[in-house]
Amino acid sequence: MAVPILKQSQYLIATIQSALSDAELLQLRDALTQQVGRYRSRGVIVDVTALDVLDSFASRTLRDVASMIRLRGAETVIVGIQPEVAFAMVQLGITLENVATALDLEEGLAYLDQEKLKRGRERS
Amino acid sequence: MATRKGDDPANAPGTDATSAVLRELVAHLRQHRPALREEWAQRITEARLLTTMSRDEVFAEATSVYDNYVEALETGTFEALHAYARNLSERIIPRGVETHEVLGIVLLLRDVLARSLFAKYQGDFDMLNRVLDAYEPAANRIANTVAGGFLEERERIIHQQQEAMRELSTPVLQVRERLLILPIIGVIDSKRARQLTEQLLRGIRANRARVVVIDITGVAAMDSSIANHLVLTVEASRLLGASVIVTGLSPEIAQTLVRIGVNLGKMHTVGDLQGGIEEAERVLGYKVQPVSEAPPLS
Repeated sequence: MAVPILKQSQYLIATIQSALSDAELLQLRDALTQQVGRYRSRGVIVDVTALDVLDSFASRTLRDVASMIRLRGAETVIVGIQPEVAFAMVQLGITLENVATALDLEEGLAYLDQEKLKRGRERS
Repeated sequence: MATRKGDDPANAPGTDATSAVLRELVAHLRQHRPALREEWAQRITEARLLTTMSRDEVFAEATSVYDNYVEALETGTFEALHAYARNLSERIIPRGVETHEVLGIVLLLRDVLARSLFAKYQGDFDMLNRVLDAYEPAANRIANTVAGGFLEERERIIHQQQEAMRELSTPVLQVRERLLILPIIGVIDSKRARQLTEQLLRGIRANRARVVVIDITGVAAMDSSIANHLVLTVEASRLLGASVIVTGLSPEIAQTLVRIGVNLGKMHTVGDLQGGIEEAERVLGYKVQPVSEAPPLS
């Protein structure tokens, strides 16, 4: 099942709704890196609330997505990691370093707004 | 467990001769119930057992123990006695009755009854032997059952209290909107560490926390597995979008952690709880100032 990507003003929101195969993950990566340029987005939110497991491939793909999107000039936030999933991940040594995380969609949007403010201040 | 029966041939209902002897024995014990019970209660007092209970209470319990004892002898089944022993233990454990006391009174009863059998059959040595052959295994079995029941009950209570302590020992408290503190006091074992992590991660979700202060002032010592667990907890919290500040590392713990080489680079540490909360407020954008310095309300 392809992951729907919604455009919300300056941000893109991808909500993963069920477990994804490796191919679908790569599809998501390609779609996000393309659309972030097409819509001139400033931020991307990937919502993983529905996932009850995040394996090493998925984590690495999400980390790659974040790095790629940073190169395309936008910020990425992963939101909605469940407590059990989070602990299972760190036990496997998957810590999603250098990727921003937030509790849920709302927090993720708040984080992106804050980042935008910060950048605006740096520029002026 | 003491309830299982029938494995040992000596305790099985056995031959007709044995059961006839047992029947006679039970009749004897029923007949002399008041005197034997009185003597038993007397000896309990003399031996200074059950000192936390009043004389009347001891007598009342003695009566029902006596009746259950005789019944177990008669029927040769120990389930009822075992249930009774657990029930009794539940009542007397909170009064501070110890294992040696319970075992002591059951052994006293065994001796009192054995004495009365000696007195009854002293003229007929052969008969006395047969009666004791029937009586002793059953009596030992009863002592076993009662002591086992008592210990089981005590273990259950200890287990229950441990659970209660665990639950009470790791409160996750919200001190401001988006700010949680987790004071840890006492010894952390791996079970408690796991529970702590679980409660913290749930707490972050439930309170929508953005910053968590973990205060370990009250932790005396920490080994490498607990320290690593703490690091994992910090990382898991970050995956939920909350940053963690650890406060109150004692000099000993600091030295231990550095010596065993736990990587604390990812951990944000502040000296004490006050500093931790101030830092958290800064991160969250709060500014606290004394009322006198605040601008006057117009």
